[in-house]
Amino acid sequence: MSTPTYQLSQLQSLEAEGIHIIREVAAEFERPVMLFSGGKDSAVMLWLARRAFTPAPIPFPVMHVDTGHNFPEVLEYRDRVVDMLGLRLVVASVQESIDAGRVTELPGQHSSRNQLQTEALLLGITQNRFDAAFGGARRDEEKARAKERVFSFRDEFGQWDPKIQRPELWSLYNGRHHAGEHIRVFPLSNWTESDVWHYIEHAEVPLPPIYFAHQRQCFRRGDMWMAVGPWTSPRPHEQVETVTVRYRTVGDMTVTGAVESTATAVADIIVEVSASRLTERGATRADDRTSEASMEDRKREGYF
Amino acid sequence: MELLRLATAGSVDDGKSTLIGRLLYDSKSIFEDQYAAIEDASRRRGEDAPNLALLTDGLRAEREQGITIDVAYRYFATPKRAFILADTPGHPQYTRNMVTGASTANLALVLVDARNGIVEQSRRHAFLATLLRVPHLVLCVNKMDLVDYDQGVFDSIKEEFEQFASRLDIGDLTSVPVSALNGDNVVTRSGNMPWYEGSALLHHLEEVYIASDRNLTDVRFPVQYVIRPRKDSHHDYRGYAGTVAAGVIKVGDEVEVLPSGLGTSISAIDTPNGPVEEAYPPMSVCVRLSEDVDISRGDMICRPHNQPTMSQTMDATLCWMADQPLQPGRRYAIKHTTRWSRAVVRTLHYRVDVNTMHREEGVESLRRNDIGRVTLRMTQPLFVDEYRRNRTTGGFILVDEGTNQTVAAGMITEAS
Repeated sequence: MSTPTYQLSQLQSLEAEGIHIIREVAAEFERPVMLFSGGKDSAVMLWLARRAFTPAPIPFPVMHVDTGHNFPEVLEYRDRVVDMLGLRLVVASVQESIDAGRVTELPGQHSSRNQLQTEALLLGITQNRFDAAFGGARRDEEKARAKERVFSFRDEFGQWDPKIQRPELWSLYNGRHHAGEHIRVFPLSNWTESDVWHYIEHAEVPLPPIYFAHQRQCFRRGDMWMAVGPWTSPRPHEQVETVTVRYRTVGDMTVTGAVESTATAVADIIVEVSASRLTERGATRADDRTSEASMEDRKREGYF
Repeated sequence: MELLRLATAGSVDDGKSTLIGRLLYDSKSIFEDQYAAIEDASRRRGEDAPNLALLTDGLRAEREQGITIDVAYRYFATPKRAFILADTPGHPQYTRNMVTGASTANLALVLVDARNGIVEQSRRHAFLATLLRVPHLVLCVNKMDLVDYDQGVFDSIKEEFEQFASRLDIGDLTSVPVSALNGDNVVTRSGNMPWYEGSALLHHLEEVYIASDRNLTDVRFPVQYVIRPRKDSHHDYRGYAGTVAAGVIKVGDEVEVLPSGLGTSISAIDTPNGPVEEAYPPMSVCVRLSEDVDISRGDMICRPHNQPTMSQTMDATLCWMADQPLQPGRRYAIKHTTRWSRAVVRTLHYRVDVNTMHREEGVESLRRNDIGRVTLRMTQPLFVDEYRRNRTTGGFILVDEGTNQTVAAGMITEAS
């Protein structure tokens, strides 16, 4: 790996930084947890964790916030990875939150459960007394996220207050907190979508199959392809077609759109991503389009 | 491909957002939906042209007030390098943000308006970048279009800045005349300024040599985490994980572990990509030693005849960041490399006026955004170097033990 100039490549620098952050949390917190959605960012984060502690096992559990509207391929992938790495899986269920009356699902055939995830996530953190939760968010994803710290303080209600963020200098992270408060930690803060894909290729990170081109029954809604599934069905005027698609992000099935693609391997996706002129969220997430500040509002309430 | 971290400083009026917008846009790092969103927002605000500044305003309060209140990180890449840009507000109140952005930067961009020349703020930005020991500084004289691309204007600003800079300890200074609005000398050399013989800004960012900025001489390996699998397959594995802070460590090297002073040697270096023969900053590795010595987080591995100072007292420059002023004599938590301790400011020697660099003696406290020289006394020894020799083992933060807020950043000037 070494070169005469002792210089790391950009991807090696990001990997080193991510591992440093993950080890710092394992060393300083009593009950950390890693959020694992089965999406590509959380897959990369989990791979960094694996590499951070090898040959020892990852010293913390993973938590999946289950909206109940999952792609079956993603659930299957989640269980496979958890099993392979010998992890403990905690599931925070949005359906349970709804059944227990803690949250109310908005009416409508296709109401999104993305908003409702916050309640399940915070309950999962409180019930398990987690004091740090790793998330796979990246600063390049969205404007509010561009200002997020690597160690992001959350009060007892899980809220983020952008005005009282702690200054974060060098690689000296301040994870101090009182009982009941917690820290969200973002080891991939400085990664871009392209970095994530290059790393997936380099480190051979396994992904759910829906990231790769496959044939699927879809219908056009607005400018997105939505899959026909148990929670999403076309309205009368929406035509169902068989399309070769893949997903750029993995989220709640009701709000995550597919893109037309023939990319069947990571290398194809890298080519596609570098040519794309739309951000992944802009291209495939209906929920992020609601307002100019929708991510900021959700983050303040305690969203990922 | 290498990674370059840069920090910008300058106010909205200097055209900083426009310059960043142009770097992002011309390097194709702005996506269509982001561009459409700012077009839309600009229209709603009644502005004629898409306002690239909106790209860099993330929070609602910032958009409402038309200001930037926090460090924002931007990402762009060219085929030669990937860039992480810490976009910091230039307003005097936000010294703490500039310091934050500069702490990890390889390069700082100081922006001035060609019509106004060097102002107090430009001096402050250059001073802070130097204080944080950002190795490369670029003076961007912007809005050259508004002074008819006049070489005389550029030369006199450059000269004035260089004169000021000679009082600072700047490693490398480059000056570039640009017009961010029109793109002159940002990505490509401008035909409007044939007298300028240097590179366009982006070309300079791609080419500036950063490999020698790190300290590859003094081996410093703060132990971050001890890896012990306790599995049958790796029963005897005991590795010391951490990030190489300085120096090059090699398998077979004789090392000494602080604070115990025990000597041993490196038997293996494991990395995420397998074992290696040597490791250098900022690699995250796991070091194995030939003897089974008792080592824990916060210990430091170094070479027998090249050690940091092990000390309970040190002099440092503090940048105060909290609303609550510094109380000399009060105990704060201190984090230095991977070690937490407690510290008291025993003496506050002076405060530095960041605009004039004048030392004000006899001050009783430091307020938010103040910079001052102090003597600290710690409850246990830390393994420190001067910040000028090593940004990792020379830097620390102070934390208020009641609020848990990070209240100060410190740069060690002398350990005794």
